[in-house]
Amino acid sequence: MSNMLEVADLGHTYGDHEAIGGLSFTVRAGELVCVVGPSGCGKSTLLRTISGLVAPSRGDVSLHGSHLAVVFQDYSRSLFPWLSVQGNVEFPLRSLPRAERRARAAEALEWVGLGGAARKRPWQLSGGMQQRVAIARALAYRPSLLLMDEPFASVDAQTRFELEDLLLRVRREHDTTVLVVTHDIDESVYLGDRILVLSGSPARLVADLEVPLPAERDQVTTRTDEAFVELRSKVARLLNVGKPTMDVEKWAAAERESLSETVSS
Amino acid sequence: MTKFLQRWTVFAGLVVVWQVLGWLADDPFFPPPSKIVTAANEWWVLEPANFTGHVVPSVVRLLSGWVIAGVIGVSLGLVLGRSDRAMEYAGPLLVFLRSIPPPALVPVFLLLFKAGTSMQLATIVFGVVWPVLLNSVDGARSVDVTKVDTSAVFRIPRWQWVLGVVLPAASPKIFAGLRVSLSLSLVLMVISELVGTDNGIGSQLMQAQREFDYTRMWAGIVLLGVLGYGLNTALLAVERRALAWQPRSRDEQHA
Repeated sequence: MSNMLEVADLGHTYGDHEAIGGLSFTVRAGELVCVVGPSGCGKSTLLRTISGLVAPSRGDVSLHGSHLAVVFQDYSRSLFPWLSVQGNVEFPLRSLPRAERRARAAEALEWVGLGGAARKRPWQLSGGMQQRVAIARALAYRPSLLLMDEPFASVDAQTRFELEDLLLRVRREHDTTVLVVTHDIDESVYLGDRILVLSGSPARLVADLEVPLPAERDQVTTRTDEAFVELRSKVARLLNVGKPTMDVEKWAAAERESLSETVSS
Repeated sequence: MTKFLQRWTVFAGLVVVWQVLGWLADDPFFPPPSKIVTAANEWWVLEPANFTGHVVPSVVRLLSGWVIAGVIGVSLGLVLGRSDRAMEYAGPLLVFLRSIPPPALVPVFLLLFKAGTSMQLATIVFGVVWPVLLNSVDGARSVDVTKVDTSAVFRIPRWQWVLGVVLPAASPKIFAGLRVSLSLSLVLMVISELVGTDNGIGSQLMQAQREFDYTRMWAGIVLLGVLGYGLNTALLAVERRALAWQPRSRDEQHA
C-alpha cells in the first residue's frame, strides 16, 4: 500500500516551549490511524502542523494527494450558523458548478444519515447531529486525508458510540484515509488500524502499534474481545496512566523494547 | 393588539395632555398638536412642491450619506478588523478623527466643497462613518478561531472568506453600527442644512423660526421625529430578516 502521509522529524516550538520533539511516522492510503497521548502533550499542535495551519519549526510533512479536510472537536463553532446544513456541506465546494455541488452535498448528507435535515440550521440539531454535518462536509470535499481532532469528545457516551461506528462505516465504504487525534485510549483501539502513542510534552513517539482486530467492529463484542482488552492495557501502560512521577523517556524506552514484537516501525 | 395599545398609550396620552395644555395656554411658542398637524398638512400636502423641493432632497441626502458611510465603514472595517498590523497603525488616527465633533467640520467642508449637496454629504458621511467602521472592526475580529481554521483548511477563495465568513460573522455588530449611524445621519442632515442652503427640512426649520412661524417650526420638528422613527423601524425590519439565521437562545438551549 502506498503512503498517503509522511511525517519526518517534525518538531514545533512555541517560544521556548517545545510542543513536539521530532516525530516521524507514515499513514498508508486507506488506513485509519489514531494518535493517542496525554492531554496537553502537543497532539493538537501535531494536527495543526499536518493540516498546514501552523508552519512547523522543523521537519517535513508530505501529503500524497491534493487536499485534506479537518473535523474539529468544537462542531458548534466549526459550522457556520448563517448557512443551512446543506450550505455548510457545500461550503468547501464553491469552485464546483452549482449542480455538482448540490449533488455532492446531498450524497454526503445521505452517507451520515442526515438526508432529511438539509434545510435546517446547524444549531437546530443535536450535538451529535452537528458533528455528523461536519463529517459530511469533510467527506463531500473528497479529501486525500481526513484529519479529526478529538472529534467525539464533546458528545455524550451513547452518541459517541454511534459516531464511532458511523466513522468506521463511511471510511470503509469510501476508502478514506483517516488520522484521528484523541486522548481516549478505548476509542483509539476501537477505531484504529494502527495506534501512534505519544509521550507527554514535548510529544515524542513512544510506540507505533498495529491493532490486531478485524475490520468489522462492534461496540459490545469488540470491546470485550481479548485482543482489545490487551491492547488497551498496553496503551494505558505506555501512557503511564496512574504513574505520573515516572521518567517517561526512560520508561518508554524500556517499554518499547519489551513490546518490540508488536511494534511495527 | 394589547401589545400595540401598551406601546402607544403613553405616547397618545402625552399628545392629548399637550393638546389640552396648548388650548388652555394659547401660547404662540407652544401650539397644540392639532394646529401643528394642520400646518404640516397645509405646508407639505396641499403644496406638493414644498414636499418634493424640501423633504425629498433632505431624505435623499440623509440616505445617500448613510449608504456611502456604510459602504466605506464596512469595507474599511472588515480590512482593518482582520489585520492586527493595520489596526495598530490606523487605530490612534481613527480614535482621534472620531473624537472631532462633526458639526465643527462644517466650515472646513464649506471651504472644500462650497455650499451645497457635496458639503452636506461630506458632513453626514464624516459624522456617521465611525459607528459603522468601529463596529465592523469589532465584528471582523470576532470571527472565532475554529471558523478561521475551518476556512483555511478548506482553502476557500479570498472572496468567499470575506463575503461568506467575515461579513456574516460581523453582521450583527455591523447592523448595530448602522442603526446608530442612521439616527446620527438625521441629526447631521439637519445641521448641514442650517448653513448655506435654501432647501431641505433643516433650512425650512430655520426659515420658519426666523419668520416667527412657530407652528411651522414645530411641524418641521415633528416631521423629523416621524422620519427618524420610520427609518429606524424600516432598518429594524431589514435587520430582522438579514439576521434571521442567528440562533434564538431558547433553540440553542434545546440543542
